[in-house]
Amino acid sequence: MSASWVAHLESQLPAIQVVAPMLTAPVCVLLRRSRAAWMLAMTVTLGSLLTSLLMLRHVLLHGALSYQMGGWAPPWGIELRIEVLNAFVLVIVSGISSVVLSAAPGSLPKEVPEERHYLFYAAFLLCMTGLLGMTSAGDVFNVFVFLEISSLSSYTLVALGPSRRALVAAFRYLIVGTMGGTFLLLGIGMLYMMTGTLNIVDLGIRLVEVQGDRTLLVALACVVVGTSIKLALFPLGLWLPNAYTFAPAEVSAFLAATATKVSYYVLARFLFLIFGVSLAFDRLHFDHVLLPMALVAMFVGSLVAIFQTDLKRLLAYSSLAQVGYMVLGLALANRSGLTGGIVHLFNHALMKSGLFLVLAAVVLRLGATRLQDVRGLGRQMPWTMAAFVVGGLSLIGVPLTAGFVSKWYLVQGALESGRPLVAALILGSSLLAVVYVWRVVEEIYFQPAPEGRQVAEAPLGLLVPIWLLIGGTVVFGIFGSATADVARQAADLLLQGPPVGPALGGSP
Amino acid sequence: MTPGMAILWAVLGPLGAAVLVRLLDRWPNLREAASLLVGGGVFAVVAGVLTPRVMAGERPRLEILDILPGVTLAFEVEPLGMIFGLVASGLWVVTTLFAIGYMRGHNEIHQTRFYVCFALAIFGALGVAFAANVFTLFVFYELITLSTYPLVTHHGTAKAKAAGRTYLGVLMGTSIAFLLLALVWTHQLAGGTDFVIGGILTGKASDDMLMLLLALYAFGTAKAALMPFHRWLPAAMVAPTPVSALLHAVAVVKAGVFTILKVVVYIFGLDLLQETGASQWLTWVAATTLLLASVVAIQQDNLKRRLAYSTISQLAYIVLCAALATPYAIVGGASHIAMHAMGKITLFFCAGAIFVEAHKTEISNMRGLGRRMPFTMMAFLVGSASVIGIPPFGGGVSKVMLMMGTAEAGPNYVMLGVYALSSLLAIGYLMPVVFNGFYGITVVEEENRVEKNQPLRDVVNDLRRAPFLVGPPVLTALGCIALAVGQLFFFDLLSVFFP
Repeated sequence: MSASWVAHLESQLPAIQVVAPMLTAPVCVLLRRSRAAWMLAMTVTLGSLLTSLLMLRHVLLHGALSYQMGGWAPPWGIELRIEVLNAFVLVIVSGISSVVLSAAPGSLPKEVPEERHYLFYAAFLLCMTGLLGMTSAGDVFNVFVFLEISSLSSYTLVALGPSRRALVAAFRYLIVGTMGGTFLLLGIGMLYMMTGTLNIVDLGIRLVEVQGDRTLLVALACVVVGTSIKLALFPLGLWLPNAYTFAPAEVSAFLAATATKVSYYVLARFLFLIFGVSLAFDRLHFDHVLLPMALVAMFVGSLVAIFQTDLKRLLAYSSLAQVGYMVLGLALANRSGLTGGIVHLFNHALMKSGLFLVLAAVVLRLGATRLQDVRGLGRQMPWTMAAFVVGGLSLIGVPLTAGFVSKWYLVQGALESGRPLVAALILGSSLLAVVYVWRVVEEIYFQPAPEGRQVAEAPLGLLVPIWLLIGGTVVFGIFGSATADVARQAADLLLQGPPVGPALGGSP
Repeated sequence: MTPGMAILWAVLGPLGAAVLVRLLDRWPNLREAASLLVGGGVFAVVAGVLTPRVMAGERPRLEILDILPGVTLAFEVEPLGMIFGLVASGLWVVTTLFAIGYMRGHNEIHQTRFYVCFALAIFGALGVAFAANVFTLFVFYELITLSTYPLVTHHGTAKAKAAGRTYLGVLMGTSIAFLLLALVWTHQLAGGTDFVIGGILTGKASDDMLMLLLALYAFGTAKAALMPFHRWLPAAMVAPTPVSALLHAVAVVKAGVFTILKVVVYIFGLDLLQETGASQWLTWVAATTLLLASVVAIQQDNLKRRLAYSTISQLAYIVLCAALATPYAIVGGASHIAMHAMGKITLFFCAGAIFVEAHKTEISNMRGLGRRMPFTMMAFLVGSASVIGIPPFGGGVSKVMLMMGTAEAGPNYVMLGVYALSSLLAIGYLMPVVFNGFYGITVVEEENRVEKNQPLRDVVNDLRRAPFLVGPPVLTALGCIALAVGQLFFFDLLSVFFP
């Protein structure tokens, strides 16, 4: 076996990663059988995890990886481009998807009827295609295309929820999500109009020369609104609580860990690699909008979470708050702040998907996730509930959990940018997390279980994935350097801004 | 044993004890034996291996790992931490002895959980004591909060849960909102958070910034119970008495004042605070807490509540010492950590013994009790004398040093007046308990006879019936006297702070 063969394979990885799940999704539909569909989906998901790990390795060792669809050179052809930051995102998306999917046979039967399982797996794979594609696409139009793929399939996933309200939630998600897509398309259209190119590298080179702040500002606003809707930045993310609440817990775990994270990456890419810090922040002062929005999201999300009586909804509002932290990292636009935002992307994906899987276990055993249902569960499902506590501590940001690492960098970023008040607000909002987490902990451990309720511990098929994710929050809390280093490299890349040099393919 | 290993054993010992206790759940005698043995071992390591080295001027150090680049989990033993480590590990053993008597005598529920959490709290306390930087200190500080929360809510009643909420809310709230901010800020200003003698902030921050940072540290460490963040301490009185002993003497509040002392000495540096006067305001906050808490203490009839407010006022002494930022004051504060621990634990042991033996919680009902429990009351007298600061008992020494420290900082007659007044108030809230106990002749005597069918004047009974309940307070009362004699030890250990 020659080295050139390996190199050739490596150069194909970006395409394989996107195409494989897309092609297997229809096969799932043909298979029909729940078990077979799961095994196929599992194989493909693990395959894309392997692919993204290989790509991350390649990117860290040899720099960016570019794939030209059909051999057409950019900026005319479609390019898939892997750099440090999106390789990191790809690993997160495919890694957590694998863990979440491995829990599906354990948790799905309770919420989705057996004969519809194949639909779940097909939609799951399509959604993953969209997410992986959005992350690796090298031109903005394909970002939009893949965004639509992932959105359409995630509406289906939400609609699979057991109660009829899932349909309403999915419909609302669809309306808002379509608006988001439209805004993004408008923004992309304006960018194209101004520069005549869609390729991201090319756009970055050409955009600095564009005159006329007003059009630029409108284009930026459209893009930010569009991605913020998908990202669930308050107040544009109000579709999220209902969608997460009424979707099967398995789906909430998947979407919480992946969909918002990929949108975050897209937003970061538009802000830093296409517009660039000097244009978006120094010239257009976009941080004046982003920073307050992030702060409001942090507080409103956490405040509303405190008053929820359904655990899924509580976690959903907590997600709104956590998105606030991540966007805050973007708005701070310095090294520490961005590192904090990016590392929180990973940490939050870990803890939130773990917590939603805990709820999947609760649904499996109790059929409901209201606060009064989990009373006294600490004695009956000790391992599952211990996972909830650890995940909760990580949400708060207690040291030696992953959440602490994120907060550390965010606070430092706020201080470095000369905004001590923002630093205080970050920590102040953590206090709200203490309140909403502790309300649940009190119910679990300090209330007697209802008379006559006998429930067993969650099955191993769920416990193992749960502890893989929750254990991860502890491991990456103790060995925080591992993730923080990657995140810092990514932050440096973002801060470098758009490439400088001659535009691709000559002048338009 | 290398010093690094000694640190590891001392810190991990309590963690191992927690695991052992959990495993020995079904054999209560073995379970308690495990706590006692490990406790004794840890104390032996701290006193036998680490203390001589620190006295000889060494600073044993142990690095565990880098959590983040530049943020390290590391331990280093220096004189202040040495004192706190000795207090925590030594009193762990005594408190366990007492807990055996109390928990069994009172048929408490969840005893295994109690001993596990207790051991974890000691783990946290030793981690705080030996922390080499603010980050490590913060990690273990939070561990103390989390591990003592189940102890405060031990009974699981509505009242216990409400108290637990206050406890967790205030301690965790302030530590996340202020202390963590101070930690990151320090890291950002100085490029690290290592404890270095002379401080690391010189020339790194403006005077106003220093003042703000000190405020974040002082109020962020709510375990020091500086007003207005003192509410958690009286609220936590719902817990069983051994827990109160742990909170007030062994781990929790001592970790708080220790943190403030350590930050003042090793992060700000005494010279820097003297030059800038950034800690002036804190002396007044501490003095106010000192007096107000004393006044509130006098009004309490519930013995444990009265002791709780007395603790708040005594802690303010230590914070005051830190705020004065002179060598004498620091020595006074550090030795007051040990003195007050010994005195206050005696008082709480007595309160617990009285509760288990005579079922009394209110001071007005304790008249004449001294004749039934003479040893307990004598121990209470000694403990009170030490807390008030009557020479030759332990507390007297540290208060003398505090006054010298005040004089060192420049003549301040108002402050000296505060000390005089607060000592009088302390006499006012502690002595009546003893006085009523021995000389009060009331209806209660009658009640006692009916309640416990035994002769009142059976003096020996007190000690014989409950060796585990009455033994520990007698032991710690003797300790109060011993500390007064052993004051030279503190001078020796802390002489590094004198220029």
